[in-house]
Amino acid sequence: MTLREKYPEQIQKIFAKYPPERKQSAVMPLLHLAQLGKGFIDRHDMLEIAELCGITETDVAEIVGFYTLYHDKPEGKLRIQVCTDIACALRGADQFLAQLCERLGIQPGETTPDGLVTVEAVMCLAACNKAPMFQVQGPDGISYHENMTVEKALEFIETARKEVK
Amino acid sequence: MAHLLLRHRDIPDISGLDVYRKNGGFSALEKAVTSMQPQEVIEVVKASGLRGRGGAGFPTGVKWGFVPNTIWPHYVVANADESEPGTFKDREIMEGNPFQFLEGIAIAAYAVQAQTAYIYLRGEFWQIAAWLDAKIAEMEQAGFLGDHLFGTNYSLRIYTHLGAGAYICGEETALLESIEGKRGQPRIRPPFPAVYGLYGKPTVVNNVETLTNVPLIIEKGADWYKSLGTVDSAGVKIFSLSGHVKKPGNYELPFGTTFRELIYNYGGGILDDRPLKAIMPAGASSALLPAEDKVLDTPMDYASVKALGADLGSASVIVINDSVSMDWILNKTIHFFKHESCGKCTPCRDGTYWMFHIIERIRHREEVEANTKLLYAVAKQMQNKCLCPLGEFSTMAVTTAIERFPQDFAE
Repeated sequence: MTLREKYPEQIQKIFAKYPPERKQSAVMPLLHLAQLGKGFIDRHDMLEIAELCGITETDVAEIVGFYTLYHDKPEGKLRIQVCTDIACALRGADQFLAQLCERLGIQPGETTPDGLVTVEAVMCLAACNKAPMFQVQGPDGISYHENMTVEKALEFIETARKEVK
Repeated sequence: MAHLLLRHRDIPDISGLDVYRKNGGFSALEKAVTSMQPQEVIEVVKASGLRGRGGAGFPTGVKWGFVPNTIWPHYVVANADESEPGTFKDREIMEGNPFQFLEGIAIAAYAVQAQTAYIYLRGEFWQIAAWLDAKIAEMEQAGFLGDHLFGTNYSLRIYTHLGAGAYICGEETALLESIEGKRGQPRIRPPFPAVYGLYGKPTVVNNVETLTNVPLIIEKGADWYKSLGTVDSAGVKIFSLSGHVKKPGNYELPFGTTFRELIYNYGGGILDDRPLKAIMPAGASSALLPAEDKVLDTPMDYASVKALGADLGSASVIVINDSVSMDWILNKTIHFFKHESCGKCTPCRDGTYWMFHIIERIRHREEVEANTKLLYAVAKQMQNKCLCPLGEFSTMAVTTAIERFPQDFAE
């Protein structure tokens, strides 16, 4: 199904935000839209977005490559992105990431064998007072999970395992 | 004193339109639009001494005054990219007291006669963007946004725009590129955004916290605002306190509060009661300050922190106790800037890459003395050679850690 078939209203709303002659401005919100559900952006999405915005497929791929929240390959359904930057790291974020990965039997950057969860280290998420913390990029967008412990994180994953499948 | 920006801490449900209105909400916007000329609004903000809270500290009213009335249309953009490690204040404003922020945008837009304003949020603020969209819709419904505000000829619309994970988009020209649907890479300045901004049109870019001050200034006047804070730094500031403190969090305090008061009175002292080793007053892009009495008793305002050989920036104070070594700190800050360098300027793109490799060698205790000298030389050579401050920021911690904490880089 094309994006136009799937999200006709949302696309209209996105374009209404920008001057009619500035269609390229819609490229980022359209990419966010395309990534919903499946968690990555494929070649068909890029072609369609290029057409909608009146730019080339290369222009779109450039945006996908530049910004870290866009992905061009499928990974786990939930991307658990742990902030390990300086302020969180001073409060144990590196150890949190290592222990969480150990309990899941994966290395940072890897996906659990069932394809549910990818755990990765990311840059500062503006939640330094609530470390350790992570954000989850999932089928419905992005959510924050703060003041975490490994046990709480595993509990979250178990609940998600039932819901996402 | 009651909070001026973090008002949700004193007034429950101020994020609801009715509660906000009952507490004086939108009276400043109404006053500006119905009884003041745009130029008068600019003059009041100039006279208040309000300076940009995103890090640069540039006088807000002066910035607005640069917008020429010979080129149209004008735009206002709220910078909600909040990505400096150690900074988490704009988020709390938008979550807790969204209408005061939105009212600030509307007043700024009226002052420069912009009919369209955008809020650029970092992509991670997905839920906040949806929350603000709902608040904007409520304002439209109630007649505080849209056509013919308060029965005048002035019309305004506000839209959110989500980024997608790039620290560089906090830099105002990279941010504008990003709204235009391009890679977030800084432009060569001049021309500055006030003349050549979004879509090549005059644009005011202000930080969230800056804009949230504006309704109070219009309502209570420039003199009242100037009576808060210090001569050089008027008003209140939200200090984001993080790292090795017992009570990390946002603290809204007058400029001029000392580091000691912030860390020990408000922050509850040092985590694990260990000795304090260093302070980063402006997040990861900060110079490192040693924990001396002179530093601790310095009032936190733009000029005083500058005199210490650092910057106040966005006032994200990261506290470091004696359990960590400076090579560990540098490993973290350099890794961040290496990841976030947009790649446009060679000194930053290659400099952060090489600094990262050298600090890794130091971390592994390989020829520490020679590698420290090399690291210092690379950092020094990057300074003043990039289009935007990111390259410069990446060197601040490096040079000051080596200069001020030599014992951590001894063989």
